[in-house]
Amino acid sequence: MGNRNEVWLGTLALMVLRTLATMGPQHGYGLARRIEQISGDRLSVNYGTLYPALLKLEQDGSIRSEWGISDTNRRAKFYKLTAAGRKHLERETRDWHETTAILARFLAPAREA
Amino acid sequence: MRTLRGWGKRLRAWFADENRDRDLGEELESVIQMHTDEYLSAGMTRDEARRRALIEVGGVEQVRQAARDGRGFPWLEGLARDFKYALRTLLRTPGFSLVAIAVMAIGIGASVALFTVVRSVLLRPLPFPHSERLVAIYSQRDRSKPDALGDYNSSGDFYDWQKASHRYEQMAIWRWSGYNMSGTGGELPEFLNAGTCSWNLFATLGANPALGRFFNEDDDHAGAGRVVVLSWSFFQRRFNGDPATLGKTVRLNSQDYTVIGVLPPGFQYPNPKIQLWVPWQVGESQITVSSHYIHIAHVVARLKAGASPSAALQELSAVQYGLYIRLRGPGPMEQGVIAIPLLEDIVGNVKKPLYVLLAAVVCLLLIACLNLSNLLVARSAARRREMAIRSALGSRRLSLVRQQLTESVLICLSGGALGLLLAAGATEWLIRHWTELPRGHDVRPDGLAVGFSLGITLLAGVLAGLLPAISSTGGTILTGLQEGSRGIGGSVGRASLRKALLTAEVGLTVVLLIAAGLLFKSFLRLRAVDLGCTTKNVLTFNYFLRGDQYSKPEQIAGFDTQLLERVRHLPGVQAAGLTNVVPGDGYYGNYEVWIPEHPAEAPGEHHFVAFRTADPGYFSAMGIPILRGRSFSDDERLEHDKFVIINQELVRQYFPGEDPLGKHLRVQWRTPQGENYEIIGVIANTPYEPGKPAVSMMWFPILSGIPGNSGDSVLVVRSGKDVASLALPIQKLIASLDANLPVKNVLTMEQIVGESTANSSFSATLVLSFAGISLLLATVGLYGVLTYLVTQRTGEIGIRMALGAKRERVLRLVLIDGLRPALLGLVLGIAASVGVTRLIGSVLYGTTPLDASVFLSVIATLLVSATGACLLPAWRAARIDPMCALRAE
Repeated sequence: MGNRNEVWLGTLALMVLRTLATMGPQHGYGLARRIEQISGDRLSVNYGTLYPALLKLEQDGSIRSEWGISDTNRRAKFYKLTAAGRKHLERETRDWHETTAILARFLAPAREA
Repeated sequence: MRTLRGWGKRLRAWFADENRDRDLGEELESVIQMHTDEYLSAGMTRDEARRRALIEVGGVEQVRQAARDGRGFPWLEGLARDFKYALRTLLRTPGFSLVAIAVMAIGIGASVALFTVVRSVLLRPLPFPHSERLVAIYSQRDRSKPDALGDYNSSGDFYDWQKASHRYEQMAIWRWSGYNMSGTGGELPEFLNAGTCSWNLFATLGANPALGRFFNEDDDHAGAGRVVVLSWSFFQRRFNGDPATLGKTVRLNSQDYTVIGVLPPGFQYPNPKIQLWVPWQVGESQITVSSHYIHIAHVVARLKAGASPSAALQELSAVQYGLYIRLRGPGPMEQGVIAIPLLEDIVGNVKKPLYVLLAAVVCLLLIACLNLSNLLVARSAARRREMAIRSALGSRRLSLVRQQLTESVLICLSGGALGLLLAAGATEWLIRHWTELPRGHDVRPDGLAVGFSLGITLLAGVLAGLLPAISSTGGTILTGLQEGSRGIGGSVGRASLRKALLTAEVGLTVVLLIAAGLLFKSFLRLRAVDLGCTTKNVLTFNYFLRGDQYSKPEQIAGFDTQLLERVRHLPGVQAAGLTNVVPGDGYYGNYEVWIPEHPAEAPGEHHFVAFRTADPGYFSAMGIPILRGRSFSDDERLEHDKFVIINQELVRQYFPGEDPLGKHLRVQWRTPQGENYEIIGVIANTPYEPGKPAVSMMWFPILSGIPGNSGDSVLVVRSGKDVASLALPIQKLIASLDANLPVKNVLTMEQIVGESTANSSFSATLVLSFAGISLLLATVGLYGVLTYLVTQRTGEIGIRMALGAKRERVLRLVLIDGLRPALLGLVLGIAASVGVTRLIGSVLYGTTPLDASVFLSVIATLLVSATGACLLPAWRAARIDPMCALRAE
């Protein structure tokens, strides 16, 4: 656990949105687990980071929350993507691809001219 | 849109805080449950699973706090928390807080008051539409000296300007005047300051009548029906603001004038003293109106919109030069004109004193800030351990600094609030007592003044708080914790910071003290200036003989003779005399003179001599020594009046190495052609204003009774004791001679001198009191720092004594420690003063910017106060009992 990376600030929101988009409604525990899982356990999600991020997304109107029952029959709060959140995700994904593409060009090994 | 909604949610969240908190708590509990379930299914015991789950989630409170920070307004809550904390700290040490607040209140209050005055008087535009286009025009005697002060204008020139210039929309002429108003229904007669003005003065300024109408062109003619426009305050005072006053007549100089209009309340040009206005050509003599040689009037002009001020001035100056070429010879002509923005014309005199006062007050505020800063450094040193503990517990430096800043800002805000009250009172006081301040009635706080006070309050708070806050929070945590446990030789850095602050404080104080010393010395010099006459137990009465009743010389001379006769027989009166102006009460006016015994002057050469009138007993009544010749005799009156008395300065200028007695002055005193007056006496110089150089003067017999020339009278009465008790009997005596004659300005000579030195008295007293406060602050600061240092070094001193140090040695050690920053500040302050005092050189009188006695006494004062402030802590240090000191740690 100690050698796993912390999630970078700012990218967590994108991960949450993406996870909700592909997996449907999730509770906090599930979200943390899914993100760690998808990262191939190379990331560790800290609840002190996750909850403020969830709250911010909810305030922005990208996600909605309601209480429900988990698979293990526990009462849990489920987060769900809204239409605005879906648009937000699309835009953020596009931006992210663009940013990484630009960075990739910079970081690519220099070619002979 | 999104952010707006977000804010809305945040706001709601802030209010629904508790609900959300509970909700989040439940949610976290469910997450912990899920983790626990997982560990349970992995085969752990219930307790172990729960423990691991808690570690995994990472502290419910921290997550809650993190969520809370993201939810509401954390900075606002933080601010509220800082505020609460600061308030609690301040309340815990009420003595410290009260002193700090009082110090800031004085600094801020004085600054705000002065700024309000500066803003209202110097910076706010005049209350006229497009007032930036208004200029005052003065005549220029010599075109080759463009920087010389302007002269008054002649009416003849003015009418030519009006015709020939194209870049001014309107141009108006006016001058000071005065009328005796007789009481109609049993009211007291009174003398009114008035103005005579061309019909368009009010239109030029852009004023509209509050009632009735202003003058029109037809009113402004020699034979026109007499009309008058009243000022608002006079209309309210004398006529109770009754609109029916319009169309009624008032008796001025025993002639009927019809009231046609009332000026609006805000109209205070040139100042509020003028009670009523009369048309120019009605109020002035024919000769004054048409002459190019009598320079007595003000001219105000309004530039056309978009016209260039310099082009307009050039055009007007060219017109004037043409007049000069054409008309010079028979009388004095001016070569050109100068224009001064009207605002500058009105307030130019007080610009320098006001800015000096403002600078002094800002200095005082700075010293107050430094003092507060110093006090806070002392406290922050005491709280260094607390800071170290708090940062060890995870407080960020920024939040620690912010918290300490909140404290100083809180002090300054309370000080500022108190200061605002103080400022309101101080402004009020300043206006009431500084009677010579132009636009005093305009002084009121406006948005800018309020903004300024808020701004300097916050600035002062940040300035005072930043240094101690940064100094106490820096450094490693460990030193802070260690330092508290064993204080010997610690916090050297803090002490040196305090000493630096102290040096700055002392330096500023020295600058203030020296400036105040110089101003006060010039004021004392002015007060003590020798007027060349007796000022003790002399009472003066002003009256003006005008109108039908005094239209013949016999009537004027008759009244004066009777009055003198009766006054001299009044018990308690030692001597009495008559003149038109007493020494020190102003320039009054001048006449051109020629000396028949001397060769004719070159064309264009003109000599002017200030004129006075006197009765035979005036000089001895005032104790003005007659150096040669004699005073007038009793029969030198009416037609037999071709005698003149001159002063030493006139002899120096026009009769060097000659005997003036028996020679003549030709003056246009009685007729426009002029007559020769025989010089019968020479008297000592008497300045027309305290501190002004002597000018040539000549005295004519007041008993010649020429209406207009001899009608302005000042009765001077000298008594052996308490002259003020004669005021009432003499006023009654005057009333018994003429019940309708108003008496004005019943003043002692001392009061007259006081009034003419009021301006310098004001700046001197104020700057001196600021300097006094600064000295007090610096002394208290010095005392505080040293006391603190001694407390800090108690242990060290104890060890020194235990090892055999003598008490005197300890005393000297501490004394030198405290005096070093004071001495450094003194040196720096004196160095700065040498530069700064040059700036106030022009407002000084009888002293120079580098006056040695002022510098020396400031140095002495500072050394004495600094030593005094250091002595007590040093003495205390020397009394330390080594055993107690060592045990105390």
